[in-house]
Amino acid sequence: MKTITYVQAINEALREEMARDKTVIVMGEDVRASVFGATGGLLKEFGPDRVRDTPISEPGFTGAGVGAAASGLRPVVDIMMGNFMYVAMDQFLNQMAKLRFMSGGQVNFPVTVHAPIGAGGGAAAQHSDHPVVPFVHNPILKVVLPSTPYDAKGLLKSAIRDDNPVIFFEETTLGPMKQEIPEEEYLVPIGKGDIKRGGNDVTIVAVGCMVPQALSAAEKLQAEGISVEVVDPRTLVPLDKEIILNSIKKTGRLVVTEDDTPMCSFASEVMAIAAEEGFSYLKAPVRRVTRVNVPIPFSPPMEKFVLPNEEKIIKAVKEVLS
Amino acid sequence: MTEISEEKLLWMHRRMVTIRCFEEKASELFYKGELPGFVHLSIGQEAVPVGTCANLTDQDHITSTHRGHGDIIAKGADVKRMFAELYGKKTGYCKGFGGSMHICDYSIGIIGANGIVGAGLPIATGSALAQKLLGTNNITVCFFGDGASNQGTFHESLNLATIWKLPAVYVCENNHYAVSTPASYSVSIKDISERAKAYGIPGITVDGNDVIAIYEATKEAIERARRGEGPSLVECKTYRWHGHFEGEEAMGMTYRSKEEIEEWKKRDPIPRFENELKSRNILDDLKIKAIWDEVRNEIEEAVKFAKESPLAEPEDIFKNIYAGGE
Repeated sequence: MKTITYVQAINEALREEMARDKTVIVMGEDVRASVFGATGGLLKEFGPDRVRDTPISEPGFTGAGVGAAASGLRPVVDIMMGNFMYVAMDQFLNQMAKLRFMSGGQVNFPVTVHAPIGAGGGAAAQHSDHPVVPFVHNPILKVVLPSTPYDAKGLLKSAIRDDNPVIFFEETTLGPMKQEIPEEEYLVPIGKGDIKRGGNDVTIVAVGCMVPQALSAAEKLQAEGISVEVVDPRTLVPLDKEIILNSIKKTGRLVVTEDDTPMCSFASEVMAIAAEEGFSYLKAPVRRVTRVNVPIPFSPPMEKFVLPNEEKIIKAVKEVLS
Repeated sequence: MTEISEEKLLWMHRRMVTIRCFEEKASELFYKGELPGFVHLSIGQEAVPVGTCANLTDQDHITSTHRGHGDIIAKGADVKRMFAELYGKKTGYCKGFGGSMHICDYSIGIIGANGIVGAGLPIATGSALAQKLLGTNNITVCFFGDGASNQGTFHESLNLATIWKLPAVYVCENNHYAVSTPASYSVSIKDISERAKAYGIPGITVDGNDVIAIYEATKEAIERARRGEGPSLVECKTYRWHGHFEGEEAMGMTYRSKEEIEEWKKRDPIPRFENELKSRNILDDLKIKAIWDEVRNEIEEAVKFAKESPLAEPEDIFKNIYAGGE
């Protein structure tokens, strides 16, 4: 075993897959210098052809990733910050997502998108979104959102090897998080959730950066005699509904937490699944813990007010138990 | 022209006639109510894709547009499977998942027509990137229109292809109208090829109804791309005889004068090419008539094939979501 950070785990996954398969390339803005560290050192090892800085042209290089994937490469399109994906939405939602389907399955598009997302750093509204939902809402794109270094490495390797487009979101606030992972190679399968903590009284379905907060909340609640199960779907599409429904069946109570605004969110979808497919298991109304429904304000006290956190999770858990 | 073989000239002629007959039949079937959805036809523009694709191999790639039937016939698409797609049949190129605007055939390098104006430009650029990095000698031609030349993707793609010296050729099918908006209104300069200057690459405007001129201009650009010297922009000025889509007249859309349309019809690229071939003693009136008859017959056969094919069915949908089937 070795100890590694979340960002190092992403970097290792890229390095291992690039070494394994010479058709894997990384392209995006400033990937050689690597602003957040995920692509650091790759240039030295793999050279400028495969570690390709792009102009600030999100539709251009995202579309180039689509075309390259259809023509024999296995590109990783690196979006410096998730909010910049909005600039290239046609290429994501009309092209990358649909072209294989629209061609009647003639060709595969093995392209991975790596996009760091998250708030909490005083970056204000145009750099702090958690833009997962537009991609989850699209019926085809696979979307993964790891909450640990172990999952980040294993899921990114699976994403790169997948013959379909996969959107891999990196939680910027988890960048320094450390964990022991195996020395030897491993994969985490796309589409399989993980019970991050077992419990009997309440299920918390937490995604991405909310998983550590949910675990911390569960620890504190345990001290008060409340046993919480924390379910991390890890992959949002295709979603492991079974792991969620099985947990609700056991606990009968559900809190969903996600670092996003609530309207038509991933949390809303989990609640809809619980209502449609798990209603008979439920002993109490479901609750969600999300951002307040506003864009992220700049000033730290305002930003802190808007974001979901451990205290808000604890409050929600107590509410579903009362 | 002397350097083009008789065989190639005859291939070019036959492909132009095939496009014309395909499009006329598609129009007829649309007005009979037999085709679902929209149909955008390229009658009048046949010389552009044929002159260009005469320089390509099956390993070279093209991307096309919503008005893509002509481009893909020029690249070698099978009209039977095209009509089957227009009818939404299982035997269509895309098994009924794409329709008129989205026909592709990856086996012969047609890596996609596209329903979004300008969206094919970055995709073609990425295709050329793959061709370069994989060490092939193949190139990508991106067909697009005057409307797409105003999209950001046009400028981003030309910039990317230039800084990366990609084997790409951008062929603008300038038919002078983006839906109803004339290029004289929407494009900031007279010749779209002038925009090449902004990227430091060759740009040329040619008569888009002169298949030989197009062949020669694109040949030079394609050879340059194959030599690893980077992209070029070729603008072909032409005209679509029909509306933006079939049926627009019934919606009361009028934006072109009858005189303008008639003027362009006089410049029909097909008889013009036939006169050239006659003057070179390659074709005569009898042979020309025989070719048209053969092609019309082939189109009738294709429509028959399409009509007799089974419709796509709902249960097929879920077999087509991800690579590897269900």
